[in-house]
Amino acid sequence: MEIGNIGEKYVYSETELDRAEGEAIESLKAHSQQPIPDPDRWLDEELRHNVLLTSVDAMLNWARRSSLWTVLAFPACCAFELIATAASRYDISRFGMEILRASPRQADLMITAGTLTWKMAPQIRRIYDQMAEPKWVIAMGACAISGGIFSGSYSVVPGYNRIIPVDVYVPGCPPRPEALLYGIKMLHDKISKRSIVEKSKQK
Amino acid sequence: MTVTLSGKEIAGQLEEQFPESIVESCPDSLLVKSEFLLPVATFLKTTPGLDFGYLTSITAVDYYDYFEVVYQLTSMKHNHSLVLKTRCYGRDNPTVTSVIGLWRGAEFQEREIYDLMGISFNGHPHLKHIFLWESFQGHPLRKDYHSGA
Amino acid sequence: MALKTELFVINFGPQHPSTHGVFRMRITLDGEVVVDVEPVFGYLHRGIEKLAEGRTYTQNIPLTDRLDYVSSMTNNQAYVMAVEKLAGIPVPERAEYLRVIMAELQRICNHLIAVGSFLNDCGAFMTPFLYMFREREKIIDLFEMACGQRLTYNYMRVGGVSQDIPEEFLPALDKFGREMPGFIDEYDQLLAENEILLARAKGVGILPKELAINISASGPVLRGSGIKWDIRKADPYSVYDRFEFDIPTGSVGDCYDRYQVRIQEMRQSVRIIKQAMEQLPEGEVLTEVPRRLRPPAGEAYGHIEAPKGELGFYLVSDNSDTPYRFHVRAPSLLNLTALQDMIVGWKVADAIIIFGSIDICLGEVDR
Repeated sequence: MEIGNIGEKYVYSETELDRAEGEAIESLKAHSQQPIPDPDRWLDEELRHNVLLTSVDAMLNWARRSSLWTVLAFPACCAFELIATAASRYDISRFGMEILRASPRQADLMITAGTLTWKMAPQIRRIYDQMAEPKWVIAMGACAISGGIFSGSYSVVPGYNRIIPVDVYVPGCPPRPEALLYGIKMLHDKISKRSIVEKSKQK
Repeated sequence: MTVTLSGKEIAGQLEEQFPESIVESCPDSLLVKSEFLLPVATFLKTTPGLDFGYLTSITAVDYYDYFEVVYQLTSMKHNHSLVLKTRCYGRDNPTVTSVIGLWRGAEFQEREIYDLMGISFNGHPHLKHIFLWESFQGHPLRKDYHSGA
Repeated sequence: MALKTELFVINFGPQHPSTHGVFRMRITLDGEVVVDVEPVFGYLHRGIEKLAEGRTYTQNIPLTDRLDYVSSMTNNQAYVMAVEKLAGIPVPERAEYLRVIMAELQRICNHLIAVGSFLNDCGAFMTPFLYMFREREKIIDLFEMACGQRLTYNYMRVGGVSQDIPEEFLPALDKFGREMPGFIDEYDQLLAENEILLARAKGVGILPKELAINISASGPVLRGSGIKWDIRKADPYSVYDRFEFDIPTGSVGDCYDRYQVRIQEMRQSVRIIKQAMEQLPEGEVLTEVPRRLRPPAGEAYGHIEAPKGELGFYLVSDNSDTPYRFHVRAPSLLNLTALQDMIVGWKVADAIIIFGSIDICLGEVDR
């Protein structure tokens, strides 16, 4: 071989790592045949009559929704509309959200921008599990809602809600930055309806 | 303008060097037997006047009786191109010799064909899955693959 | 007494701020120096080639948009050129000129993102990135005027383009063409002689000439190593033989050369756009093509010079209205072949810069 050396072995055992990854993917696929139901009850009539929001709740909710920090996990095309939303024209910094955190432990919002494949699914589940409570998920784009233009393919998960619970769905392929900002506003409305009393009753 | 060389012109030169290697030569492609693939490819790369030093792409197509592996070769020196094909039979474990020793650009493309079509390449150092995961059953790009989901 | 060290393997995971998408590298380190790299991808493999076999030729055009999602116009162009070659369909002249204008605007757009993210990786956290996105928004406004979409355009059709440009397009394009060289000069003034960029990118990640040809590299990666090969000049398609433009090349093949090649290519693209605007003829923009196109049985390989390299489509038809085989020759996948050779021997921080200077798009690598 005159150019480069391509036949060398690695220090670690790559077949073991690949096999472990493959088993994790297959077991996640077997457990994700039904979509996960919506996490917080949006329009539960009974709840609205029984729970009053106190001023502590109002202040906490205002603080939480005024600076949601997004975790960086964008596989595909919608990522560029998310970046364009964060750029100077559709400034997302006016909502306090210009920080895109690399570490999930410091984030509380996941905007899923891109198609999810079965190979990537265990990693997204792991990132979601690493985020601290309270946390929310916005499913951005048609691929995140139902698989989009790629639904029916052998390697595409039909929507993120098979793997993680989703709060807001923003349709579009890709959604315009204005649509994403509308979705974020909807999430703000949802957050402002939370109450710590209700959360402690759930546990 | 990149001239696409006719298979018939090259067939003449190849017949002298490797008799009985050519199955079919049409105006736009050249089909050789799979045993002769590596010698023919080496000849095409090293002969002055041909100098096919740039491998544009490798693909495989599933025609139900056989698999056809298609090589698009280009020569930057003389600005001409050629389409080289070979066939392998059998659906259980079709095998073709790897050209990675001549053109390193074949590394990922041959792994992709192995992953999605199931054709093995002799001589490839890291032939393993590239796009799909380890325990995936079947080869999706074959015509008789039906996904369950 | 000598220090005993052990090799340590880290995972440069699919989720990482600098990997331009879901790309994974298993890096073996000796201290801070990289000893070995194994790229792992497939995290965005959506099965486009299999899906395309079940759709008609026109229905596949939106699917090709999502391959290299940063530059959708050129993907469309390569695909419709391959279908036209297969079926022998002529294209009107006005449509050819419109295709060239859109492709060159797309090239500028892509290089802006490439250079912006490269500088982001170098450490200039957001400033050049936001500057370049400001120009990108102007180009996207032009695209939105023409076809209504911001990212995945679906503008070209087999036999031309889907609709003619509105009246306000040409004055806006003229204004853009007059202002853009000034912006590129602004970037050059800030960045070209910047000592941090020179220290981080000059001499780093060298790709030698023979290796570049052997791994089938194309685009700025190949030209940065000093090889003057551009499909627009070597195998002219569409109406590129009527324009005058240069092909910038580097000399050494390091990250700085690839960065310079991209900046110079943006200038050449503006030149081509100005010439195309002057020569734009009147006429129709779409040939009459049957709704369910059935090309004769055969095969065709159509390729263009996309911003990332040589993008080719290999189509096999069996005289039905869906393709029998649809294969994409993705430039990013082949440019990645030499990743190990380029990164081994450098430190972890350089690994990120070298990887960023190749400029890949995972939608294309994984398809």
